[in-house]
Amino acid sequence: MEENNLLLQVQDLKVYFYNEEGQELKAVDGVGFYLRKGETIALVGESGCGKSVTSLAILRLVDSDGKIQGGKILLEGRDLLSLSEREMREVRGRDISMIFQEPSSALNPVYTIGDQIIEAIILHQKLSYHQARKTAEELLRLVGIPEARKRLDEYPHELSGGMKQRAMIAMALSCHPKVLIADEPTTSLDVTIQAQILELIEELQRQLNMGVILITHDLGVVAGMAERVVVMYAGKVVEEGSRWDIFHHPHHPYTWGLLHSIPRLDVKQEKLAIIPGVVPDPLNFPSGCRFRNRCPLEDEVCLTEPSREEIENQHYVYCHHHSQIEVLETRGFSQ
Amino acid sequence: MNNVPLLQVEDLKKYFPIKAGVFRRTVGWVKAVDGVSFEVFPEETLGIVGESGCGKSTLGMTVMRLYEPTAGSIFFQGEDISSLPASQLKGVRRNIQMIFQDPFTSLDPRMHIGSIVEEGMKVHRVASPPEVRRRALDLLEKVGLGAEYFSRYPHEFSGGQRQRIGIARALALNPRLVVADEPVSSLDVSVRSQILNLLKDLKREYQLTYIFISHDLAVVRQICDRVIVMYLGKVVEIADGDTFFSSPSHPYSVALTSAVPVPDPDYEVKRIILSGDVPSPINPPEGCRFHTRCPVAQEVCSQVEPALEEVGENQWAACHFPGSLSWERA
Amino acid sequence: MNRETRRIFRRLSSDTSAILGFALLIFFVIVAILAPFIASPPPGRDPYIMPIVTWSSNPLPPSPEHPFGVAGKRDIFYGVVWGTRTAFRVGIMVTLISTALGLLIGSVAGYFGKLWDEILMRITDIFMAIPFLVAAMVLTTILGTGLDKVMVAMTVFSWMGPARLIRGNILQVKEEQFVLAAKALGVSDFSIIIRHVLPNTIFPVLIQASMRMGSLVITAAALSFLGVGAPQGYADWGALLNYARNWMLGGQGEALKYWYMTVFPGAAMVLFVLAWNLVGDALRDAFDPRLRL
Repeated sequence: MEENNLLLQVQDLKVYFYNEEGQELKAVDGVGFYLRKGETIALVGESGCGKSVTSLAILRLVDSDGKIQGGKILLEGRDLLSLSEREMREVRGRDISMIFQEPSSALNPVYTIGDQIIEAIILHQKLSYHQARKTAEELLRLVGIPEARKRLDEYPHELSGGMKQRAMIAMALSCHPKVLIADEPTTSLDVTIQAQILELIEELQRQLNMGVILITHDLGVVAGMAERVVVMYAGKVVEEGSRWDIFHHPHHPYTWGLLHSIPRLDVKQEKLAIIPGVVPDPLNFPSGCRFRNRCPLEDEVCLTEPSREEIENQHYVYCHHHSQIEVLETRGFSQ
Repeated sequence: MNNVPLLQVEDLKKYFPIKAGVFRRTVGWVKAVDGVSFEVFPEETLGIVGESGCGKSTLGMTVMRLYEPTAGSIFFQGEDISSLPASQLKGVRRNIQMIFQDPFTSLDPRMHIGSIVEEGMKVHRVASPPEVRRRALDLLEKVGLGAEYFSRYPHEFSGGQRQRIGIARALALNPRLVVADEPVSSLDVSVRSQILNLLKDLKREYQLTYIFISHDLAVVRQICDRVIVMYLGKVVEIADGDTFFSSPSHPYSVALTSAVPVPDPDYEVKRIILSGDVPSPINPPEGCRFHTRCPVAQEVCSQVEPALEEVGENQWAACHFPGSLSWERA
Repeated sequence: MNRETRRIFRRLSSDTSAILGFALLIFFVIVAILAPFIASPPPGRDPYIMPIVTWSSNPLPPSPEHPFGVAGKRDIFYGVVWGTRTAFRVGIMVTLISTALGLLIGSVAGYFGKLWDEILMRITDIFMAIPFLVAAMVLTTILGTGLDKVMVAMTVFSWMGPARLIRGNILQVKEEQFVLAAKALGVSDFSIIIRHVLPNTIFPVLIQASMRMGSLVITAAALSFLGVGAPQGYADWGALLNYARNWMLGGQGEALKYWYMTVFPGAAMVLFVLAWNLVGDALRDAFDPRLRL
């Protein structure tokens, strides 16, 4: 792995929350992955797996509710967790930017689009208001918003969902960040608009040579966009690899189950696979492997936490029984 | 499948008034459903697809008369239910039920789930109280929730379980037709297959007919026999499931199916990207409503509204140039 | 006890002002219940009329026979104790009836909307535009003396708050999916309101009612203070203050000479209202919707 191409490295990240009764919620419990320049990595998982918390932790935005209990987040070798709040503020928006799921709530309704983008620009760059406004206009054009100059003076509610998302992307890119974190960027959009936005993100990534962390539960989007995929479950990474590794050679039962249970456009399945049970309560994670209560390959050894094993070139899995994954092909998930 | 339709909708319209000013005068109309006609046959699953604002949810509510139709007719088992007075509507309600989209708000948080399932039966006085209870327990078991859950409250359940409760409630009255409005959209990905399989099993067991409203084409592919595509309040295509997904005819259907991502890195498609945004349903475009975004639109499309015509076996499209757009796997 | 009730109890018991409020309230309840023993009424007479204990119309300071002093020939201690009962009676009756009335009107307006809403809300607006105290005074004068007339007058002019509150809540809940679901099942509109809408919207109304208890009692006292409503000598905190009217500023430089005429009934009122306010606040915090789900 070429070290000089490495943009972001997350190592053994732990983020814990504490509720009213003082109980500990291990939202993220030892998560690690790496991102290279110009590459897209996807954090995939369902609600409660910790993917959103991970992204907020990278920007150190969890400090009010939770505590980062351990690990390292290295941006081009610099550990973000050791920075002061002031230094971190310079990183946010300038080096690492984020776009969110709901553009309506991420944009302030009482300020114009222009004002919000200009605010982002002026925060990190020494430009006059006039220069910043010109830059903002260019950005809106860059993200494909027609009549950009007019739009600068419009309010969020005057824009459609797709336009708002583009405006948010413009804001995030205003300082040419090295890393873009996209948290469910298209989940609330219609599928035809989704296609537009994903193409836009890909194009901009190429132009700016950004690293993109894509957070989503939509495996279709992942297959189309991400070079590397990190599958998360209940606060832990269960499998990590290239998209071909994950989609064509999954080695973790959860990954396998997920791929076989989602409805697909290209194939009509008589009966979809079912992963029995539900995602465990974060206050009460099972001991050992957190997936074991729902796993058909479970046995006594699963009471100990699985360690990381390399299947082949940079394809990693955290499972005691990964070599028996073919069993699932015949038996499915019936236990 | 016999050929007598269970439900027949003719030129159904639902407009919502826009009121403004001190005297709340009507200044315009949101034409959510603007002249929709189709049929539903017994024991089929008919999918109604479209993106936000196309009117599919409004259509579902209007068919159930949870919204009052502005114009048009609805025939259920041959009887015109669109103009039935409220007193007679109650009888119809036993035969058409609904599964709602949001499992978090479609159950009364202050009622325990046993009562929720029993309520319909009690209101229609279907049976004696002990019998009603027995049936409720039976239904909950059928959807995978044992008797010990009977007295629990909705907030104690997960989204998937709540949706099951909603399904049990819908089936309590033994309806013939069930309108499912985005039943899995709010659920976690790994839970969706559970609910979809459940719906399929129940359909077989109770000989149900489904109208399945969804924006998720992949889900529709799995569960629907026939598909109706809506755009801006109108039907643009009707086709059998297999036909629709292999060779859609209307340009919008083509764009829609090409845009759906598939979980396979080798699946490459030259996506047809539509320009612009969906126009407002207050002022739909002249002529064909889709012409402003259509990659193959011609002059006639902005002047004359196309009618729904048969373009293939069991395939209808409302387009002047059906089949002129297609997509291919790269 | 299920998890939710436990949580509510914990919140209530950890809040000092909540404990204070409940303690005060319980104290007043005990006083009201034990009134016949704490301040025994003369036999054969209406216990609510404060007995005449001296022949001079001058107020007398506190003494062993009259712990709070004498005002208007009547024992203040007796008045304060039995006044507690009056306060509860007036407060509870008026709150109950005005809330029920407000619920009815607000529910119809909120649920049925359109014309009903317009008409009922305009009527509500008109009532709200009339200054409460003035209206209550006028109505009481028309109806004549008697505590029940006071209660009627106050009820007539205080149902608007709950009406608007419940209407707003209903407008919100009405759009919830579970209401639509009930309609789809064939449940009648009336049943939907009673079984689905009200249980989900009633809490803010109850909390508001407990806050209003305090202010209603003050208003009743104000009316008595102005000499309207309660008959002469009725055991009511406001009536006691009425006696104090002419003696409040003392006279001949001794400004605080007759302090006992205002302090005792005044303290009773302040503490009573404080109790209800604290309880209302505590309930509001305990039922904070942020904690739901």
